[in-house]
Amino acid sequence: MTKNVTLTMNGVEVKAREGMTILEAAGSAGIFIPTLCHYPGLTSEGACRICLVKIEKKKKLHPACRTPVEDGMVVITDDAEIDQVRRVTLELILSDHDFNCLLCPKSGACRLQALVNRIGFDERRFNRLNRVAKDLPVDTSNPFFDFNPNKCIHCGICIRTCREIVGVDAINMAYRGYDLKVSTFGDQPFKESACVSCGECVERCPVGALIPKDVKHPTREVKTTCAYCGVGCGLYLGVRGDTIVKARGDHSNPVNRGELCVRGRSGYRFVHSPDRLSSPLVRAYDPLESKPQGINGAAESGKLLTRPLVKERGEFVEVSWEQAIKYLASTLVHYKGDQFAALSSAKCTNEENYLFQKFVRVVMGTNNIDHCARL
Amino acid sequence: MAGLAAALGSGAMTNAVSEIGEAACIFVIGSNTTAAHPIIGRQIVRAVKQGAKLIAADPRRTVLRRMADVWIRHKPGTDVALLNAMARVIIKKKLFDTSFVKERCDGFEALEAAVKDGDLAEAEQITGVPAQKIVEAARMYATFSPATILYAMGITQHSHGTDNVMAVANLALLTGNIGKPSSGVNPLRGQNNVQGACDMGALPNVLPGYQKVEDQKIRKKFEKAWNCQLNPSPGLVLTELFESVHAGKVKALYIMGENPIVSEANTSFVEEAVSRLELLVVQDLFLTETAQMADVVLPAASFAEKDGTFTNTERRVQRVRKAIEPVGNSRPDWVIIRDLAKNMGAKGFDFNSPEEIMEEIRGLTPSYGGITYGRISKVGLQWPCPDLDHPGTPYLFAEKFSTPSGRGQFAPISYTPPAEVVSHEYPFILTTRRSYFHFHSTLSRKVDGMNVLRSEERVEINPVDAAPLEIENGDAVKVTSKRGAVQAKAKITQTTPPGVVSMTFHYPETRTNLLTHGALDPVAKIPEFKVCAVKVEREIDFGTQYLGWGTGKIG
Repeated sequence: MTKNVTLTMNGVEVKAREGMTILEAAGSAGIFIPTLCHYPGLTSEGACRICLVKIEKKKKLHPACRTPVEDGMVVITDDAEIDQVRRVTLELILSDHDFNCLLCPKSGACRLQALVNRIGFDERRFNRLNRVAKDLPVDTSNPFFDFNPNKCIHCGICIRTCREIVGVDAINMAYRGYDLKVSTFGDQPFKESACVSCGECVERCPVGALIPKDVKHPTREVKTTCAYCGVGCGLYLGVRGDTIVKARGDHSNPVNRGELCVRGRSGYRFVHSPDRLSSPLVRAYDPLESKPQGINGAAESGKLLTRPLVKERGEFVEVSWEQAIKYLASTLVHYKGDQFAALSSAKCTNEENYLFQKFVRVVMGTNNIDHCARL
Repeated sequence: MAGLAAALGSGAMTNAVSEIGEAACIFVIGSNTTAAHPIIGRQIVRAVKQGAKLIAADPRRTVLRRMADVWIRHKPGTDVALLNAMARVIIKKKLFDTSFVKERCDGFEALEAAVKDGDLAEAEQITGVPAQKIVEAARMYATFSPATILYAMGITQHSHGTDNVMAVANLALLTGNIGKPSSGVNPLRGQNNVQGACDMGALPNVLPGYQKVEDQKIRKKFEKAWNCQLNPSPGLVLTELFESVHAGKVKALYIMGENPIVSEANTSFVEEAVSRLELLVVQDLFLTETAQMADVVLPAASFAEKDGTFTNTERRVQRVRKAIEPVGNSRPDWVIIRDLAKNMGAKGFDFNSPEEIMEEIRGLTPSYGGITYGRISKVGLQWPCPDLDHPGTPYLFAEKFSTPSGRGQFAPISYTPPAEVVSHEYPFILTTRRSYFHFHSTLSRKVDGMNVLRSEERVEINPVDAAPLEIENGDAVKVTSKRGAVQAKAKITQTTPPGVVSMTFHYPETRTNLLTHGALDPVAKIPEFKVCAVKVEREIDFGTQYLGWGTGKIG
């Protein structure tokens, strides 16, 4: 069992377990310490120096996210000196940040913005520090997200996400000093790299450096389940008008705990594919053939599709649902019994599979039903 | 599924996905988990980070082997030889769980006798894996507890897939790694609701809840509930179905949301069979290759346009909710079936919502007895969940197995080679794989961005094999089997071992399944997608060859 320790934080007694960091102990006691490069679930790097705190009897300030608690420790998380240090640190981070917040898609959800609000900065000194923003090229090669290194604050959250959560390790820090940047292996475009486009780093980027393409904010979200593989990740589909504009992981789902892969996060787009069928189609046969009973009038009422169709057996015509169902009902009657077979779908819901097998067994009178479980 | 059902009594994943992260040892065989099930792949990453041992067995050099403590690269189709050799090591070195075997399993003596004869040198020769590695893997799996086994189509899609599965189950039973958290035998299901479709009786031999059609008592129960007369003879299995279609015995086929012309093995046969049908009805989102051959095409709504439930690989029944109205003039599948049934004069199809259907399912399917929309609104429940107070079952077989005797069944099996072996004319083994970016044949191909990331088929071939054939990266190659030929670009990579080429089947323009073998597992009727013999040739473009003259390089 881990030992419990007691420490004093801003004059308040705080209980914590051995092995916790000061940041975690503060969190459980309801004391807020500002952070930038810390992300729950990832290892702490102590890169940003925003969470610096004072520890009595120790020289220097210590990063709360990296310093383990000790019994009897006396910690101060806020005073004039700490504020001053945090302010200068923030100004240095801002000094080469490309900020055009009004046009940045991250605006409003940006952790750097929030930090500036909290800590503030000295405008005069900042103007002296401020350098011309780096003018590095934006990597737009990936179809689902862009990487703008001019907005990157080098917190390393993306790198740790890729390494610790996704296990792909597609990105790391490259170059030295002022040229330091997040880069793929060999500084290739994302599309050519080992990146699997899962978007976990984009989800976690605190600023607008990694940003999804075509950001549209949904007006409502619907909790549902991903329709790709058998893992069954919980999903929130963001809807705007009658269009799905976003998908994000459901943190309350025990399977994926908020994580998604490329198919879950971006694969919903097939829903709005222009190739979707929009009307029932019935093949109109040459009137000389004997088969066309039941769809009389279909050819006149429906308009021809513009897509290329198989010609040998007549062409598709669009018909109304009533016509299609009626035609099908009157045709299927002749195929009852074991001359009929059906393939159900592992993509459809339980209810639909149940109803379909019931239809096949009860109405068509056969057990010839299967689906692609074996493929 | 059939193999697991014989050994343990149920064909589903025995443990929950979230338990994988807590395992002490993970044995992955025949699953490229990080590509096919990325989120489960991340559970493996998490476990390894926490110090779990990882054994990865795959002929292909998957991402997992980077993290693996032991990487076994056995020849495709030799899984039984490998697994039996591991069982032999476990028995010989007395690493098995004696009390578990004695108290909860039958048939240990038979297994012991079956594996006793062979020796490691023979296994090494068949599988191509050094004997010492087999010993190391067996020792690791048997000593680090809890240990879990994950497998997927790499195990099942063989002409002896059931044997493979039983060999896997033998290992779990031997070491007592079943019936407790973070252990078990876990088949990773492919499609989002393949578990649910099986549970719901979309199978030719069972009614909802795996209740046998042949059982008169069961039939009586359903006949009473559905007010009908049920056909007592089991129907045709998908893979046999097309033979019946071809022979003219089945005249009408109704396909809901599948594209067998691309996804079935030996597709030229399937295509010919389908063209002989009198009536083909296809209900789908898109005008798929199969739908293009149909007589009637019904536009269905996608998962975002309807309510319902999916059951995932860990048996968790989860809600699907309607986010938008059906696109265009499409309709949810359940509405189409309901209307059709009612139009044909059937009674018992008066459902106004999927929730009403679930209420009927609940009454007839014991394992779904306690599942209501209200209970699964926040977090899904894992079946078996027999009644409304039952909290669901994260892991199976805590006390007993679902076999008739309640005990785990060892199965003595021996290695049989794949149905098709390489020959002088067809010297390569073709094994199919899946891309991270695509899923079967249709959905993800309709997402523009996915096509940017992976736009075309790539035939993976080892440099050792590519060099004598004068194939370079990106060259067009022709892959031929006894059944057909396809063209695609070559990708020269160490991922695929020498003597093996691998292809996906996501691209209708490169129909890999024209090549694959239709040989079926005798029990589970799964076709052998993972092994067939092919030859690979470079497609010679005479234009470029001419330009290459004099440069010392052809092409």
